[in-house]
Amino acid sequence: MKVEDALEIVSQTNPGMVRSHNEDSVACEAACGLVVLADGMGGYNAGEVASGIAVSVTAMEIAHRLKNTSPVERDETTGEELGVLLLRDNIQKANASIFHAAQSQPQYTGMGTTIVAGLFYDNRVAVGHVGDSRMYRLRDEVLESITRDHSLLQEQIDSGIISIEDARHSKNKNLVTRAVGIDAEVMAEIHVYDVQVGDIYLLCSDGLNDMIEDEDICATLYAMQGNLPLAAEQLIQMANDNGGRDNVSVILVKIKSEFAAPRGWFAKVIDWFNK
Amino acid sequence: MAAKLILSVDGVVINEHPINKERMTIGRKAHNDIILDNLAVSGEHAAIVTILNDSFLEDLDSTNGLEVNGVVVKKHFMQPNDVISIGKYQIKYINDQANQTNPADFEKTMVLRAPVKQVATTATEAVEKTGKFGIPSTAETAQVAVPANAATAPTTPSAPASSAASAQATASALQTATVQILTGPNAGKELELVKNLTTLGKPGVQVAVLTRRPHGYFITHVEGAVFPSVNGQVLTDKPHQMNDHDVIELAGVKMEFYFKG
Repeated sequence: MKVEDALEIVSQTNPGMVRSHNEDSVACEAACGLVVLADGMGGYNAGEVASGIAVSVTAMEIAHRLKNTSPVERDETTGEELGVLLLRDNIQKANASIFHAAQSQPQYTGMGTTIVAGLFYDNRVAVGHVGDSRMYRLRDEVLESITRDHSLLQEQIDSGIISIEDARHSKNKNLVTRAVGIDAEVMAEIHVYDVQVGDIYLLCSDGLNDMIEDEDICATLYAMQGNLPLAAEQLIQMANDNGGRDNVSVILVKIKSEFAAPRGWFAKVIDWFNK
Repeated sequence: MAAKLILSVDGVVINEHPINKERMTIGRKAHNDIILDNLAVSGEHAAIVTILNDSFLEDLDSTNGLEVNGVVVKKHFMQPNDVISIGKYQIKYINDQANQTNPADFEKTMVLRAPVKQVATTATEAVEKTGKFGIPSTAETAQVAVPANAATAPTTPSAPASSAASAQATASALQTATVQILTGPNAGKELELVKNLTTLGKPGVQVAVLTRRPHGYFITHVEGAVFPSVNGQVLTDKPHQMNDHDVIELAGVKMEFYFKG
């Protein structure tokens, strides 16, 4: 089954209750199973510019490359899967565009963005992220964060100087240790996970997970799994009801059926006819 | 850094120490930053590690331990006005900065510059380190099972939601509402709506949710062919605000919504 038909994708973004403009950007390329979300930062409208560049570069470049190639193909030199390689290269490409724009335009100095991207192919998802935008997975009744923030707070939690409970009260929630567009190079963290039919993946900016507890996110996704647009709306509404101090964006991806990549010459021929 | 520690004995202030180092030690020996010359205090008793505006207290395996606000701790994330007790000494932690700064400032995401480095984390590790959150047990959600055919009576909503202890910290001044089953074998059962979201029905078959918002409770149809009705009015796909003594009908079961007086 084609990935396009196997996934249900819903996205929504909202400026929140306090901010006048929305520095988050989202993009969904259903045809190649790609979702991207970025949370920009920087003065004036620089945050929007940074997240906009990140999302459009990543989404368009990957979608373009996947028109003629399959993400399961392996790179000749490194032996890496194309899906993983595309995520890494294009986050790097987005980094370079933002960095150069920031260098050449004084009003964009210091702009940057977080990013989280998921590429679904062959019953798997490749997840790339930089910064504190997250991807969660609801499987059966359990919600797990499958990305780990690149933030000072997460480092404090990992090194054991602060408990997860105390972390909720920390004032350092908003300090990220890695971002796209700040330096000439960025290292995106990329992992590949197997997906199961029925899984729901949630990509969100920190405006969601700072405002509502993971337990509430879990309960909402579980209760509303039959109605994704409503679930997205409900999550944003809950964040805004709790204060909505930041822009809030969500992308929900539900796995409706398997989507193994076609293998063997027969499948390839069928696939070629279907194009 | 605006944070400081005020040292006192039996309520009499001895002196003040500004927190001006990343790591400050407290103990009996002379090389400590805060010296407490008393035999009940270990040579190196405790340390306060400060990162930006956050301070953490750590017990350095002292003989007699330490308390914060009367509770014995090994490690503690300091909050303004916490009082650390070591033997007969009290050390109060004052941090004005937390109050002076506009809370909105903390919402802006900022980058902490660090050299670009490769973190070799395996996927499993990444998952292990982040918290897992399960769906609350079904005992806490109102499971009004949808009858497979009209003849079968609906199965029970489970016992009323767990104790008020699970009430959300975010609970507003909003009155607590309750849903009472009026028909079917479970007539009379009550369910207190202590959570932000209460599910009625069975996911995948027929679901409506009751959500608690700052300005009231709302019912929303989520999935299923038949929309629930309130006071005989069939719902649309928009949320519907609940009023005291409204009667909900979902999958043949009637229930009354009311505020607990």
